Amino acid sequence: MRKRKNKLLGFFVVAPTIVAIGIFVYGFISWTIRASTANWNTFARLASGVYESVGFRNYERLFQDPRFQTDLWNTLFFTLFFLTGCLIMGIFLAILLDQKLKGSRIFQNIFLFPMALSFVVTGTVWNWVFMPGTLPGNPAGINVFFGLFGLQSLQWRWFTSTDSIGNFNFALIPVIIAAVWQLSGYTMAMYLAGLRSIPDTLTEAARVDGASAIQTFWKIKFPLLKPITLSAMIILGHISLKIFDLVYAMTGSGPNNVTDVPAIYMFELTFRSNRYSLGSAISVIMLLMVAIVIVPYLLSTMRKEA
Amino acid sequence: MPRRRNWNRILLYTILGIISASYLLPIYMLLATSLKPLRDIGVSTMWHLPREVSWEGFQAAFQRLGPNLMNSILLVIPATLISTFLGSINGYIFSKIKFPGANIIFVFILFGMFIPYQSILFPLIQFLQNIRLYGSLGGLILTHVIYGLPITTLIFRNYYMDVPDEMLEAASIDGSNMFSTYFRILIPLSIPAVVVVVIWQFTNIWNEFLFAVTITSDPTKQPITVALVNLAGSQVIQWNMQMAGALVAAIPTLLVYVLLGKYFIRGLLAGSVKG
Repeated sequence: MRKRKNKLLGFFVVAPTIVAIGIFVYGFISWTIRASTANWNTFARLASGVYESVGFRNYERLFQDPRFQTDLWNTLFFTLFFLTGCLIMGIFLAILLDQKLKGSRIFQNIFLFPMALSFVVTGTVWNWVFMPGTLPGNPAGINVFFGLFGLQSLQWRWFTSTDSIGNFNFALIPVIIAAVWQLSGYTMAMYLAGLRSIPDTLTEAARVDGASAIQTFWKIKFPLLKPITLSAMIILGHISLKIFDLVYAMTGSGPNNVTDVPAIYMFELTFRSNRYSLGSAISVIMLLMVAIVIVPYLLSTMRKEA
Repeated sequence: MPRRRNWNRILLYTILGIISASYLLPIYMLLATSLKPLRDIGVSTMWHLPREVSWEGFQAAFQRLGPNLMNSILLVIPATLISTFLGSINGYIFSKIKFPGANIIFVFILFGMFIPYQSILFPLIQFLQNIRLYGSLGGLILTHVIYGLPITTLIFRNYYMDVPDEMLEAASIDGSNMFSTYFRILIPLSIPAVVVVVIWQFTNIWNEFLFAVTITSDPTKQPITVALVNLAGSQVIQWNMQMAGALVAAIPTLLVYVLLGKYFIRGLLAGSVKG
């Protein structure tokens, strides 16, 4: 009797949260989807308040738009290299720090502190570091650094470069480096927590059976780290699909949109050129991309719990 | 064998040292540039240590960013406290008082922390305009409280799951009702979770940019992240001021990290939805 009363009461306590999330997440998403099918691409049309469906015309325009095509390719390559970089650095650092060295705490802190910084701050700093200057005579940033060691061959135009292989713009490389710098520590922390939760008895048994350290890692530890790799991929993946601040503060769209991403294009369309419906269409596409990654993950973690 | 182990150690330390140095490189750059006087800043000497320490950059940065620093403080304190409290009481209900459908509703709430905020931004701004909170810190506080609900609820829920039910049942036999159980039993147990959530919210709200830049258009109302980016947009960039500004914007969260790093890491890991 009392339990039932509590359950009812409990529901009333969380009801405001449910309503708030219902409106501010799901209601607003529906509104954005509706806006993406309207013709609100000038301020006057939005102000008129008249909704007239144009179907998927905004989406068609986007997919034919070379800038948006570039954005999608950039997102793909950024995600690919950013994920790979974070996972490799993360597991490598975690293995090094798992060796029970003295002072490993200090190293751990060095790798992890970038995570405490704002993307805006890191973007500002990395912009200064990767500023190419005018080559060959007047280098700046990291190019000067290479020059000090006689490594002129490594000097290039970094985020102002318009070179590419296929659809991969080289200008993304410095942005990827900055993003890996910021989030590889996070990946390391996840792997480290995983490595430390593997019971010593397991690795001890393998050692007694004559397995080398490398064998123990690949045959015993690595398989146990698989779920962590999956979580890390999903968390990092959804960050990279919606990346905005870092690129905005570090490079902006760049020449020929070489470092442009959907979030920046969306921002410019919506807040700089009043093309609300096109902007909304981009955000719906971004939401879909994130949902594809996140929804199965959420459902599977919840099922595991239940 | 011991000799080989020694060599291994030296190798390990060398590798860690090299990687650490490269991780710290941008920070070296940040410090070195921010402490130089403007006349000493040139691309050819940008990797040099300052010949003399000058506070010129910091003075200029404080002059330009001071009001925005204040805005960030006025934003982050109420937003963090309110969302922590709401997260705690929500977490209690979703972990201990499971009404029918609680789990599925929780998944729907959780989804809210992963969405790209672009997909709610435009209606959000119109809503804030309608309730006359657009452009104000109040509007930003409300925004951060609402979109912070999923993560704060999640961290508290996971934390309370580990509190044995018997403990709460004992209290309810003593005639304590749901709320007094929460306040008398659960809250005193919650300190570690509160620290994790406060740090998490503080860092995220302080560092946030998208909401800040779109909801506050008046430069006097903008948080420091927006002001920092605008600083770079102005004519010739004074790099010492720019770097000093970046450091000023970073110091509060860095300080939290240095002082409470252990809890910071816990928050990070909780953010990855442990199942």
